[in-house]
Amino acid sequence: MLSFLVSRLLQAAAVMIAVSFLCFVLFNFVGDPINNMVGQEATPAERAELRHQLGLDDPVPIQFVRFLGNAAVGNFGKSYRMARPVEQLIIERLPATLELVFCGALLALLLGIPLGVLTALRRDTWDTRAVMTFSLAGVAMPTFVSGILLIYIFSVECTGWVAWLGLPTGLCLPSFGRGETVKIGWWSSGLFTGAGLKALILPSATLALFQMTLVLRLVRSEMLEVLRTDYIKFARARGLTNRAVHFRHALKNTLLPVITVIGLQIGGLIAFSIITETVFQWPGMGQLFIQSVQFADIPVMAAYLVMISFFFVTINLIVDLTYAVIDPRLRVDRARAVGNAH
Amino acid sequence: MRFSRLLIATTVALSLASPLSAKTLRWASVGDALTLDPHAQNEGPTAAMNQHIYDPLIQRDPSLKKIPNLALSWKPIAPTVWEFKLRPNVKFSDGTPFTADDVVFSITRVLSPTSDFKTYLASVKEAKAIDPLTVQLITDGPNPILPDQLTNIFIMSKAWSEKNNVTKPQSYKDKEETFAVRNAMGTGPFMVKQRDPDIKTVLVKNPNYWGKDEFKDYPDELVYTPIKEPATRVAALISGQLDFVLDVQLQDVARVKQTPGLKTLESAQIRAIFFGLDVGSPELKYSDVKGKNPFADKRVREAMYKAIDINAIKTKVMRNFASPAGIITSQGVNGWTKELGARPPYDIAGAKKLMADTGYPSGFKVTLDCPNDRYNNDEAICQAVVGMLAQIGIQIDLQARSKTLHFPKLQKKDSSFYLLGWGVPTLDSHYVFSFMYQTNDGKKNGSWNFTGYSDPKLDALVEKMAQETDIEKRDGLIADAWKISRESNAYLPLHDQVIVWSMSDKVDMPIFATDSPYFRYAKMK
Repeated sequence: MLSFLVSRLLQAAAVMIAVSFLCFVLFNFVGDPINNMVGQEATPAERAELRHQLGLDDPVPIQFVRFLGNAAVGNFGKSYRMARPVEQLIIERLPATLELVFCGALLALLLGIPLGVLTALRRDTWDTRAVMTFSLAGVAMPTFVSGILLIYIFSVECTGWVAWLGLPTGLCLPSFGRGETVKIGWWSSGLFTGAGLKALILPSATLALFQMTLVLRLVRSEMLEVLRTDYIKFARARGLTNRAVHFRHALKNTLLPVITVIGLQIGGLIAFSIITETVFQWPGMGQLFIQSVQFADIPVMAAYLVMISFFFVTINLIVDLTYAVIDPRLRVDRARAVGNAH
Repeated sequence: MRFSRLLIATTVALSLASPLSAKTLRWASVGDALTLDPHAQNEGPTAAMNQHIYDPLIQRDPSLKKIPNLALSWKPIAPTVWEFKLRPNVKFSDGTPFTADDVVFSITRVLSPTSDFKTYLASVKEAKAIDPLTVQLITDGPNPILPDQLTNIFIMSKAWSEKNNVTKPQSYKDKEETFAVRNAMGTGPFMVKQRDPDIKTVLVKNPNYWGKDEFKDYPDELVYTPIKEPATRVAALISGQLDFVLDVQLQDVARVKQTPGLKTLESAQIRAIFFGLDVGSPELKYSDVKGKNPFADKRVREAMYKAIDINAIKTKVMRNFASPAGIITSQGVNGWTKELGARPPYDIAGAKKLMADTGYPSGFKVTLDCPNDRYNNDEAICQAVVGMLAQIGIQIDLQARSKTLHFPKLQKKDSSFYLLGWGVPTLDSHYVFSFMYQTNDGKKNGSWNFTGYSDPKLDALVEKMAQETDIEKRDGLIADAWKISRESNAYLPLHDQVIVWSMSDKVDMPIFATDSPYFRYAKMK
């Protein structure tokens, strides 16, 4: 077990170094930040001076070593665009992204799992067909389209409808931003105010749509698979109630692969919240990243990519390890393999 | 420490603003100000934010005329000395008085190495306080346009800057963020209540504003949110979550106009869009013609000019939000005239005939470099021109890139044919000549002239107009210079962008051709 852990950790470290080198090399092609930093009036000499101050005229390997050394102690330098420390910018943005991802994932699970079970149990009914058709749209529709569509329905058109019905406009949902936030230490949270919660609805629904349909389809196909197995037949033969068969035996065995996939998807949710954040002007890390790309703000881009790959590597590591813990067959196999070697 | 100070400032602000009749104006645009330090970033959106907090000595009114702000009057008292009489009884938003020392301090700050505005004041050698309400600026030679240049220079509080250790503009090499990046102390109509860069900025009425009697009705509070996604910006305006949007996409303007309760304002912007041609190189870097440069032939340039159907670009590409241009600067800039602004007519037959005479009857290939995220519909303009020039046999390989790649490529003189736009913050033609037409000496002059165009006669005129203080004589020099440069066709002018501001019917405010909203002039119903 220990050698397994060590080899996994070494792999993770190797991946991190490779990723940071790759993004560092890539940044040499995203453009020149100097132009964005000085006005159109700056003379060539002033531009060269600034380039020198920032160390951008050093050879790439030297820049990389400097970057790694600083990154190891959590210093990612100063943003070219905002002239503020990068780690501070990221910490400010982290809560917004994490809260969005949390709500999105929660929504995806709370809707996806029951709907998956339902559609597996009630095969060939009209409601199942409706849900499956809808889920197809959810998988196929790009996030920016579904986001804009939700804004159009629930913020723009909505104002006309509530006015027609004589209801308050407050019923419509905000199309951008986080609403009201409260500070808990350095963490700014939108979960404790009405406006904050309201502002969360559309973005997290947008983010959840794809994940939900994924979970739904996964649960359904796994469930159909499990329902065909022998132990379910025996359970029925034992005269257990439908509820016990479906939820105690079938669903439990269905969830193992679902949990694995969800674990991996959380990393994806953090990384791909970029689009949702852009559409809803959600002040999270994804938006920070997009703005940095347009400005060629290399320190922010580097820090963001390194951090996201760190999330991915960590989550992968945890999933790998828990897999071994959760699934008894894996443990037995390894024990037997070790036994044979001796 | 900083937090408690902020808290006090906020409480003071809250207790001073009357909560009953508080009028809040919520507005958005694509990108936030980069910093509140008024001398650190010479960038449009940054100045648009800072002008609400800081005042310049001289200001532009909605018709872009120079009007007094912190300076009541100004005149040259010697060839190299300008004297400014300051407005009395002005206070900073913390209640401390504004004096000549603050002006001298701010000018000196602008001239320091980390400032991004020092080019505006490159002629200034020294600022002197004569008495508390008189300042003299000593220049290294006669400078007739110093008042125009000063409209971009904001005045800070000396005492506040010294107290918070921000006597120099923020610098990129320093590891620390300076206090002035997110805090401000000015004499302007508003002061900062909350500043979360890229998220939200709240400005409230400055209770000590010197102009509060003259400008009674401006909003009590400005809430600014940068919204990057154009569709979200429009949606927020239409659904009533915003009162003002600076930059609605051109294709959405019709939708805004149709919506009851919303209106738009339009104005030609002080920014001309044009093509630059490498006329100076012996051989074009990106072309199939070897050993010679087709753009060096004046007739080729003229043929290209005639082959561009500007009305098609205006109506089809720009949806009529453009006004065709005859020179590479806009109406509103000193030196622009109706005659100069008129284009030679679109004439494809004439263009073909010219090309046949030039020795390129079957045309040639050339690469066109174009930004795709800088000007209104920039890439679409280039695409349209590809088709137009194909008619006279010029086959274009279009390379559209992000501005972060496009501009450095130009500055390395690594382009044969490119699209560029040029705004004129001083509103004087000299600015255009010195950047775009003067011979590029790699140092000060012609630093954005990537065409290789060089005419000693024009260079001499530009040098002269920089020092000529007699307005009439100077205007004559400008007219001569435009005549030469217009005939050269080193640039092919396209149009001035038209800006469209969208807002709720509740908001009443004038549009500025600089595309910089100034909410001191706004009224809310």
